[in-house]
Amino acid sequence: MRDPIAKKVTEMKSSGIRKFFDIVSEMPDAISLGVGEPDFDTPWHVRDEGIYSLERGRTFYTSNSGLMELRTEICRFTRSHYDVSYEPASEVLITVGGSEAIDIGLRAMLEPGDEVIIPEPSYVSYVPCTIMAGGVPVIVNLKEENEFRLTASELKDAITPKTKVLILPFPNNPTGAILERSDLEGIAKLCTEHDIFVLSDEIYAALTYKEEHVSIASLPGMKERTILINGFSKAYAMTGWRLGYACGPKRIIEQMTKIHQYCIMCAPTTSQYAAVEALRHGDKDVEEMRQAYNERRRFLLHEFKRMGLTCFEPFGAFYVFPSIKEFGMTSDDFCTSLLKAKKVAVVPGTAFGDCGEGFVRISYAYSIDNLKEALGRIEEYITELRNR
Amino acid sequence: MSEKDIQEMRMTILKAIEHDSRVDLNELAVRLGLDATDIANAMSDMEKEGIICGYQTLIDWDKTDDERVTALIEVRVTPQRGQGFDSIAERIYKYPEVDSVYLISGGFDLMVIMEGRSLKEVSQFVTNKLSALESVLSCATHFIMRKYKLNGTVLAKKHEDERILITP
Repeated sequence: MRDPIAKKVTEMKSSGIRKFFDIVSEMPDAISLGVGEPDFDTPWHVRDEGIYSLERGRTFYTSNSGLMELRTEICRFTRSHYDVSYEPASEVLITVGGSEAIDIGLRAMLEPGDEVIIPEPSYVSYVPCTIMAGGVPVIVNLKEENEFRLTASELKDAITPKTKVLILPFPNNPTGAILERSDLEGIAKLCTEHDIFVLSDEIYAALTYKEEHVSIASLPGMKERTILINGFSKAYAMTGWRLGYACGPKRIIEQMTKIHQYCIMCAPTTSQYAAVEALRHGDKDVEEMRQAYNERRRFLLHEFKRMGLTCFEPFGAFYVFPSIKEFGMTSDDFCTSLLKAKKVAVVPGTAFGDCGEGFVRISYAYSIDNLKEALGRIEEYITELRNR
Repeated sequence: MSEKDIQEMRMTILKAIEHDSRVDLNELAVRLGLDATDIANAMSDMEKEGIICGYQTLIDWDKTDDERVTALIEVRVTPQRGQGFDSIAERIYKYPEVDSVYLISGGFDLMVIMEGRSLKEVSQFVTNKLSALESVLSCATHFIMRKYKLNGTVLAKKHEDERILITP
């Protein structure tokens, strides 16, 4: 029999997280700081709108682009929060999570052999989606001494005549790094000079703890070359609703909508109705959650400092990314043995790119009590390592 | 610190301790990015000013062997000249059996919440004490059968973390 599987799929690495997940799931009593989703429930008024839409029998497809009502709210939101204006009818596409927007954005733009610059450590799907779309990933290894920001000079070094797209994943999963306006200006200048398009994954935009998030699309000359990706998962604690969106120039959104139409049809209708409510009346919920995350972030950093664990101060998302280099172990070994010795699960930095070696991702989407218990065990563990 | 900063800090502290008054002040300082001494001073000022009125414990008595009933009593009264509802409210809240007293807009005037050991004890209080007050026109007593949520805390069931342990 012929091999039923395409070579580019067999060659695709399975996610580093997957392997670790298998070990953890054998340990039901382990406590985890390994989750990439909020610990909050979706605010009740948002869930209630979803339920109400079901009661009303709104169980049909929506248009391919998504409910006009929702697209209008999204445009209002990007204008008021991130100072960038889009046209609901032609410049917005509602997707199944931000993940779909990443996938179809790349598929819409890439010709075989086009290079895509991907800063790492970063979310696990950029490289495989680039490859599936026929592109060539060009990795930029971000550095701890730059607080894992993408600097203009790092970007410049990665640009070749074949570069077509830059993926900009900030606020960043797994490092928690953010880019501020001054960082973005240098990047925007290079993109304009070299005619590069930006796929800006801003799914954590609502969760920053320094200056307000700045979208690269709001910088002069950038809206026409940027696909802005955001969604409801992180800001409104709506991961399971699978709802995101892409905003961008009409020409790109139109072609993305074509792909979306053939492979998805439309994003879940119930989720879309709930999302309208989230955008209309959810700012207060987001702010409350943001403050809770910020408290935990400060608490974690303080505790790491007390334990003498090196960690730069991240100002976004809900992750910290401490260094474990002093123990002379790989991230994989550290995480596996921490799990076995103390039953605490954290994710190896290498799950997010080779340059994550020597780091671990710790999520603070957990209650303070949970964090305390886990930190206590981590402290015991590193004390044992140091006294070895 | 400016007056505005102080007000802002007070609000931050109040929100943080509203549902957990036992939190360690040093830990709270870390979490809020404030100084522990500033927090302690602000709390003591707010105690003096009566903004912080006490530090209580939220107890689900139904889970203990203790027998007690809670009643909500809607009270209609005649307001008194020059005093409005204040003096009648005071006569009512001075009874130690009475837990809370609110002035209410709408169909009745005062909402009185009280606890007793039994239905009988509450009934006797309503009949002999509350209704007997001169300005009280009528009382409608409602007994609480089950408390689902109290001061923002759900008593009915525990919240469990059902997320899968590791996600990207």
